[in-house]
This record gives sequence, structure tokens and C-alpha cells, in this order.
Amino acid sequence: MTELTSLTIAEARAKLSAKEITSVELTDAYIAAIEAANETINAYVDVTPEQAREMARASDARIAAGKAGPLEGIPLGIKDLFATEGVHTQACSHILDGFKPRYESTVTRNLWNDGAVMLGKLNMDEFAMGSSNESSYYGPVKNPWRAKGSNLDLVPGGSSGGSAAAVAAHLCAGATATDTGGSIRQPAAFTGTVGIKPTYGRCSRFGIVAFASSLDQAGPIARDVRDAAILLKSMASVDPKDTTSVDLPVPDYAASIGQSIKGMKIGIPKEYRVEGMPEEIEALWQQGIAWLKDAGAEIVDISLPHTQYALPAYYIVAPAEASSNLARYDGVRYGLRVDGKDIVDMYEKTRAAGFGREVKRRIMIGTYVLSAGYYDAYYLRAQKVRTLIKRDFELAFQAGVDAILTPATPSSAFGIADEDLAADPVKMYLNDIFTVTVNMAGLPGIAVPGGLDHKGLPLGLQLIGKPFEEETLFKTAHVIEQAAGRFTPAKWW
Amino acid sequence: MSIVDVRTPDPKRFIPGATGDWEVIIGMEVHAQVLSNSKLFSAASTEFGNAPNANVSLVDAAMPGMLPVINEECVRQAVRTGLGLKAKINHRSIFDRKNYFYPDLPQGYQISQYKDPIVGEGKIIISVGPDRQGQFEDVEIGIERLHLEQDAGKSMHDQHPSMSYVDLNRSGVALMEIVSKPDLRSSDEAKAYLTKLRSILRYLGTCDGNMDEGSMRADVNVSVRRPGEPFGTRCEIKNVNSIRFVGQAIEYEARRQIAIIEDGGVIDQETRLFDPNKGETRSMRSKEDAHDYRYFPDPDLLPLEFDDDFVEALKADLPELPDDKKERFVRDLGLSVYDASVLVSEKAIADYFEAVAEGRDGKIAANWVINDLLGALNKAGKTIEETPVSPAQLGGIIDLIKDGTISGKIAKDLFEILWNEGGDPAELVESRGMKQVTDTGAIEKAVDEIIAANPDQVEKAKAKPSLAGWFVGQVMKATGGKANPQAVQALVKSKLGIEE
Amino acid sequence: MSVDLATVKRVARLARIAVSEEEAERMTGELNGILGFVEQLSEVNVDGVEPMTSVTPMRMKTREDIVMDGDKAADVVANAPNSDRDFFLVPKVVE
Repeated sequence: MTELTSLTIAEARAKLSAKEITSVELTDAYIAAIEAANETINAYVDVTPEQAREMARASDARIAAGKAGPLEGIPLGIKDLFATEGVHTQACSHILDGFKPRYESTVTRNLWNDGAVMLGKLNMDEFAMGSSNESSYYGPVKNPWRAKGSNLDLVPGGSSGGSAAAVAAHLCAGATATDTGGSIRQPAAFTGTVGIKPTYGRCSRFGIVAFASSLDQAGPIARDVRDAAILLKSMASVDPKDTTSVDLPVPDYAASIGQSIKGMKIGIPKEYRVEGMPEEIEALWQQGIAWLKDAGAEIVDISLPHTQYALPAYYIVAPAEASSNLARYDGVRYGLRVDGKDIVDMYEKTRAAGFGREVKRRIMIGTYVLSAGYYDAYYLRAQKVRTLIKRDFELAFQAGVDAILTPATPSSAFGIADEDLAADPVKMYLNDIFTVTVNMAGLPGIAVPGGLDHKGLPLGLQLIGKPFEEETLFKTAHVIEQAAGRFTPAKWW
Repeated sequence: MSIVDVRTPDPKRFIPGATGDWEVIIGMEVHAQVLSNSKLFSAASTEFGNAPNANVSLVDAAMPGMLPVINEECVRQAVRTGLGLKAKINHRSIFDRKNYFYPDLPQGYQISQYKDPIVGEGKIIISVGPDRQGQFEDVEIGIERLHLEQDAGKSMHDQHPSMSYVDLNRSGVALMEIVSKPDLRSSDEAKAYLTKLRSILRYLGTCDGNMDEGSMRADVNVSVRRPGEPFGTRCEIKNVNSIRFVGQAIEYEARRQIAIIEDGGVIDQETRLFDPNKGETRSMRSKEDAHDYRYFPDPDLLPLEFDDDFVEALKADLPELPDDKKERFVRDLGLSVYDASVLVSEKAIADYFEAVAEGRDGKIAANWVINDLLGALNKAGKTIEETPVSPAQLGGIIDLIKDGTISGKIAKDLFEILWNEGGDPAELVESRGMKQVTDTGAIEKAVDEIIAANPDQVEKAKAKPSLAGWFVGQVMKATGGKANPQAVQALVKSKLGIEE
Repeated sequence: MSVDLATVKRVARLARIAVSEEEAERMTGELNGILGFVEQLSEVNVDGVEPMTSVTPMRMKTREDIVMDGDKAADVVANAPNSDRDFFLVPKVVE
């Protein structure tokens, strides 16, 4: 029983219900793993061992009483973006210093209602703005993966870098994450884990610190496709507190795992073959195509002509919404306040000290593109382009395509404090080039490991589905997972 | 959007300046608090005057991750108001964010409607006057739009030497911003517009119209021009909180602008405040921060959409509005247009009148309400809501006259008693012996006594029958007004031998 | 389109973020990099295209007019940097 932390959720659930293990044992194993690893990995910004053990004891009691929920006794990590009552909730920003909400996000409440145990809060890019987890006020997260024969610390991706690293390093059984432009799928791809961004409106945004409201969507990062399905089933709900949450029953996603994809039509968009893309990525993509073909899927070439405009449109829409969403951090009602000679001075000093460089940059861009005289040229045009991006997908689906296969990222994980990327924000933004279209169109997308590159680092494939057809993604991703195998980093920490 | 001038310059409304006549152009933006139990986007109470931050939800306090959910009743109230203003109802409207920083604006933006409001163009008929001939003039004032938005919280500056205290109880309460076209041409018209608008809102039950509690506030746009010339540069006077002050602010502002132009100056487009103590408007501090509200559609809210059935159902349930009521009073009750106008001017007055008139003669009821009740209220400085005489009591007086129990003169005394002391009209008449004397024996005795005591008058009256009235008066006096005047008249004439 | 130093300072003021001269200069370069990147949107023909207002085609959910929240002033001010008797306190605002 030394490797309790290597159990998947499905496996742990089976052992818990067979009473081979207890939730307290499982939880203690994770707490011990976190204590041993977190100083190095920095995946958690706040660990809540006492609360975790208390929840685990309650889970054990419910299991004993035959009242176990679907996630009973399963220890999870929670991205710092989710409000957790009485617990550190700071979006990894200095400006939310000391903030402990008196409320719980709908997603985490759903998880606790289903019996899950909270281990603590996970590191992330500040306000979910970033692709490397380096913009966190709490410092960067180290990717549990290292290149073969290298001691260089790599980023786990972002913004859900803490979630992906914690899952990959077995510091939790699964984690919540959020995805605005790729923040679930890119870190999942960088860490050899599975991450799904469900359809916009599938998970309630209530109690999740907002970055870009029309794009933000919560989802899980997990060890395998089945675990991701199990977690999403619990996270998703119809929530009257979020008017953008959709009135559709949540299906039993795990039931789709193992279903045949024979006869399914998989679209391969030519626009995702971008200039300068490493050959290894192209090879991975071809491998994915071959696996799906072998499983009986029909492969069709498709065109999504507005793909290249998704990222620039995103860098107008997301900062614009963010500039407004982050206006509430003004030093009046919560978080950091830096005193000033008058109210305006207080605002300006507080926000200057409280926001990091990337967040300020995006607030500035967002403020500028919404300002008088520029709205039509930037924001309105970007929202029109968004309509065109969505239409591209709709046309493909209308033509009979069931899902679309693409690479998840244009590269494997890069080094922490990469000078090239630090010097040019746009270069960093290009990490989201394959994932951001999905957010712009509100579609579901899953990243699943497809193999390792020549450095021995994980690479991911992305599947994009029709709105609210996450089941298609789970069964197709499972086919890839079966073919590619699962990937676990060698423990060096 | 170009602004169309729909009015013909009318010399009656001109303001004489040192160098000739001027015309004042006024447009109004009225913020009316929607009558609802809970706020526009949260389930906290809208109640007035609670403990600090007691009516605040975590949504109103803009806690991280909180989301707005729209109150369907506020939508209905806005549509009802739109229907009452005979306006175009937009079946699809958009909520936008208006971004600015202020401590009583917790989100850092106000959720409002910018390009696509819930209600479009409509109109209000106002009645201006009376003029020297006692005539009223009906003027149609265009409504530009009505939209829904959130109210802000409140900052108090007098609690501490260096700190302001912020209370968010009002934060998120639903407001309707009702924007008129620049169709108003005098302070009297502006006052009439506000009065009429408030009356319509009260009839509809969509806003209580209490300006002193802040549930209705006006921003007044004022400019001046030479009659017939294009519109001049306007100044906006913010947050005027009484109809009287609106009149004073316009008078002051128009003269201020005229004086500047006549001195060769130009008007700066600016925001001003009205100081009721000085009766002046003054410029609001600092223009360094030119406002740039960065409006964009609120991504937390989908477009607000409803169908025809929704609007039709609200239309079917709409109460009778003042213009329709006035028409009905004239048509069905035979009231004069003037009387009907007075009675419908405020919903509470109309309700009072209708309660009195129910099952009684409308004209008599109207006379009592207008001349006696409103007269007394006016004299006492009370509003209709504060009336000491209830509709039932006033109706009781009218009934007692009608069935001959009291005379019209005694009725006035009875009204006085009810006003000062209250009570049941019929019981008071009984207990205080105010009943009309119809016993001819008693009246005859009084007539005989007067005739016997005034032989000279008898002679004169026989020569000039019109003097019989003097005897009637004396008899009424002797009987304390309780004698039936018709009976006295008949007896006096027969005793004096005057032919009918 | 590109921004100059004065525009960056004006935008920082609108966003209520104090910036030093040095920061403003650095931001000018960064913002121009981003604006240059998004410039490619001007190639797209958007004639007659409706801007996206909601990514999912659904009718907005509404709420009944029932008071179910409030009476939690202690929770409202619990995280406040400065409060007194359930009021939030801020440096004096001059009208």
C-alpha cells in the first residue's frame, strides 16, 4: 500500500468501496506526498491538511453507512481561482492578499456534495493570465517532467500549471482547472495528463474569479480519460446563479469510455499546420490520425479558414473583458490596500502594487481597445471575427464531422524564465494558437497525451467536439489513450 | 443620431435678455427607482433606510466570482412603463458595462443599457397653464428611450475627518433612466413634464416617485438660443431632487447662459450641480478626467429577449392612465375638462375621488373633492395621502345632503368637524343636533317672530318681493342654519303674500 | 495603430494603475507589439457579420422577485482592509 497516490480515481474509488483502503489513508498519503514535494514543485499555494482529514473521516463514515457519493473520499486539488469558503482564494495575485471568501464556488460545492476531499489550493498564473505559470505571485511551478539527461526546470504550462503539475506528480488524485484560451489543455499537454475544457455553459462560473467571462470555463485535469470523465460529471451542473450556464442534464460521461468510434468522421483542419511547427508535432498528429483510422474512424480534410485570426481576436476580447472584470480590485472591500493621499491615489497605488506585470499589460490593452474611438476598430471587429470563427466550426459539423483532431500545443514544455519568451509577450501568447479557437467558439476540447518528443517530454493531441457533445470527446480520446499509453514522469524531486 | 426640433418658437415662453429674446431648450434624464422587492441583479432587498450594508448580497458587494441574475419583475416594470409612455418596446435589448471607478460602485462598472435599450421612442402629453385667459395648453413631449440600470451605493463624508463611509444598500437597486427629447421650452414645461411623468409612474405602480427619498432624480440638460436658431451648447445639471428645484435650476441656468452669451462669451459644455440653498448652479470640479466609460456588452448576461405574448399580457393588465381617466371623467361623469384634469393629476387624488364618486353624483363629488378637500389640504400644506377626512367620510357628508338630513351650509360645518376631530358623519349630525329642521311648525314659529319684529321690512318686501330673501336669511340665522331653506322660502313668501 | 507614451499614461490613468516613467516606456513597447499582432484582424472582411453577443444560443435565465439574500453585513465587510460599524472606509472622497 505504499503507492496509494498512484491510483487513478476509478481505481481508488473501487478500493474505497471494497473497503480495502480508507479515505483517511488515501488522504494522508497525498498529504505526505505534498509535504515531500511541494517545496520543489510549488504546485500548492495553500495546503489544508486538517480540513482534508476531517473531510476524509466524514467520507469514510458515509462509505461505512452505504451513503457514498460518486467521488466519495477522493482527494482533489483546487485551482486558486475557485472560491472555497474560509480558505485561501487569491487567484495567485498579490491584490487578493488574505482574501478568504464567505462563499463556495458552485463547481467545488458540487465536488464536496459528491464526497470529494480538498487537499488545498493550487498554483496558477495570476488571474489565469499566462501560459507558463510564471506570472503567479507565489512563484513558478516546476514541471514534474524533465528532458532526458537534463536538470533544467521546465514550466508546467499555464494558467492551470499547479493543477497539471500536481496531477502529474501524484500530489492529488485529480484537480480542478479553468480554461480561457487553453489554460487546461496546454498544461495537460505539457505534463502528460488529460484535461478537458467543456462547452461554454456546461460548468457554472459562479464563485470562480473571473478573467474573461465569455471565454472562462472550468474543467478537470486528471491522470487518464476516465478520471477526467468522472470529475467532469461531478463538476458540471445547471446553476441558476450563472445565467450563462445551460439548462441541459449532465450525462454520465464515463459511460462513453470504451464505446466504439467506428464510422465516426474526424476532421483534420489544414490551417493547424502552421509555419515553423516542429516536425515532431506533425508526426504526432499523423500518429493520432492513424490510431483513429485504425479504430474505424473516417478521416476527412476540412478547412477552418479563420483559424489564424482566433489568437489576435482573443487578445482583444479577453483583455477587454479582463480590464472590466478586474476593476473590482480597488482596495475598498477586500484584499490589498496601499494607502494614498486621496481615493484616486489609493486606487492607483493599490493596483500598481497588487497586479503583476502580465496582468497590468492585459488590463492596459483591454482598457485601450475599449476606449473612446477604438471600440469599433478593435472590440467590435474582434467579436465579428469571433462569429466567423464559430461559423467555420459550424460548417464543418454540418458537413458531418463528429470531432476535429489537432495538436494541443506547438511545442513541448519550455524552460522556466526562458529569455526569448520573456522578452516578447506575443511569443508566449502563441502557445495558445491551437487551443484558443475552441474558447472563441465556445466548443468542448480535450487534450490527451499522444507520446513523448525526442527530449522525452510529453506531447498532447487535442480533440474538438460539437457543443455539449463531450461524450464524443471522451470516447475518442480514450481510443488515443489506449493506443498511446499513459505517461508518468520519473520522480526526481 | 440627429436631434430634431419639433417645437415652433412661441413668444409666450421667451426669456427677455438685454439684447433681445431668448429661448431655452430643455431635455431631461429622469432616474426612477423601479418598484420591486429585490434588486435588479441580486436577491437582496430594495428597502429604504436599513442598517449599513444590511441589504447587500455578495453580488452587490462585487465579491470575486459573483454573477448577476436578472430580476424578471424589473423587466416587467420597465415594459409596463414603456407601454404607459406609448413607447416602442424592444423585444431584444442588451446590458452593457459602463466602466468607471468610484468607491460606491463596487464592480468598477455599472450594468446599464447603452446602444440597445429595452424601450425606445414614446411620448408624454403635458398640460401647461393656466395662461392669462385661464386656458391650459397641451404639449406633446417626445421620449427618446428608457433603459434599465443599477443604482450605486452611498458615500458619507461627514462621519470622519479623513475617511468617507461607504454603504452599499442601494447598490444594485433597479433604476429606469427615462430620457426625454429636447422638447421642453420653459421651466414650467419642465415642471409639468416631471409632474406628469411621476403621475404616470405612480398610476402604473412602477416607481413610487418619492423625490425626497431619492427614488426619482432628474438630470436636466439646458441650453439657450435666439428663437429660430440652431440649438446652443448645453450644460447638464445633475441629480436635482425636487420638481420645484428643477424649475429654479432651469431659471437660474438659462439666465446664466444668456448673460454669458450677451457678454460675448461662450458656453462650456459641462456638468453642473444645483445648490438649493443659494438657488444657483455651479460647475462640478475637475474636468481633467474626461469620462471614457468604455461601454461594452456585459459578458455575464445574455441579451434580454421576450416575445409578443409577454408584452401583450402586460398590456392587458395595465391600469387606466391619467389621460384615459380624464377622458372618462369628462365623458361618463360629465365633469369639466378642468375638474377632470385636477382630479387625475395625481393617482392618489383620482383614487380618492373615485371612492367618493362611487354610487354618487360625480359632479357633486368632484366639487367637494376639488373645492373643499383639496382646498383644505392646500391651506394646511398637506398632501392627499395625509388627508384627515377619508373618502368614506366625505361620501357620508354628500349622502346626508342628498337625503335632506343636513343643509349644504351645515355640510360645510360638518366637514370642518371631520377635518379637525374625525368621527362618523351621521353620528356627528345626530349627536350635535345638526339635523335640518323640516318640521314646518317650528319654522313657521320662527317666521312669524321675524315678521312680527320687523314691520318696516315687511312693508318694503311687499313692495319689492325680491327683499323676501332678507327674511329667509334671518330665519336661517335664528334656526342656526338647520331649517330647510326651501321650506323657509315658501313660508316667508306665503306669510308676506308674495306670489310665487 | 500604435500608442505613444502619453496614450499609455492616459490609459494607465483610466485603469487606475500608477506607472513610473520607466514602466510607461516599457509598456509602450509591449503594447505596440501586441497591437501590431492584432492588426492582422483588419484583413478580415466582416461586412454584414453580427458581432458575437453570446456563444451559446439560449434565452437568458431570470429570477423571481423574491428577497432571499442580504442581512449579512458582517460577511460583506469581513475581508475589508478598513471598516467601521459595517461601513467600508475609504480615503475621503471630495465631491
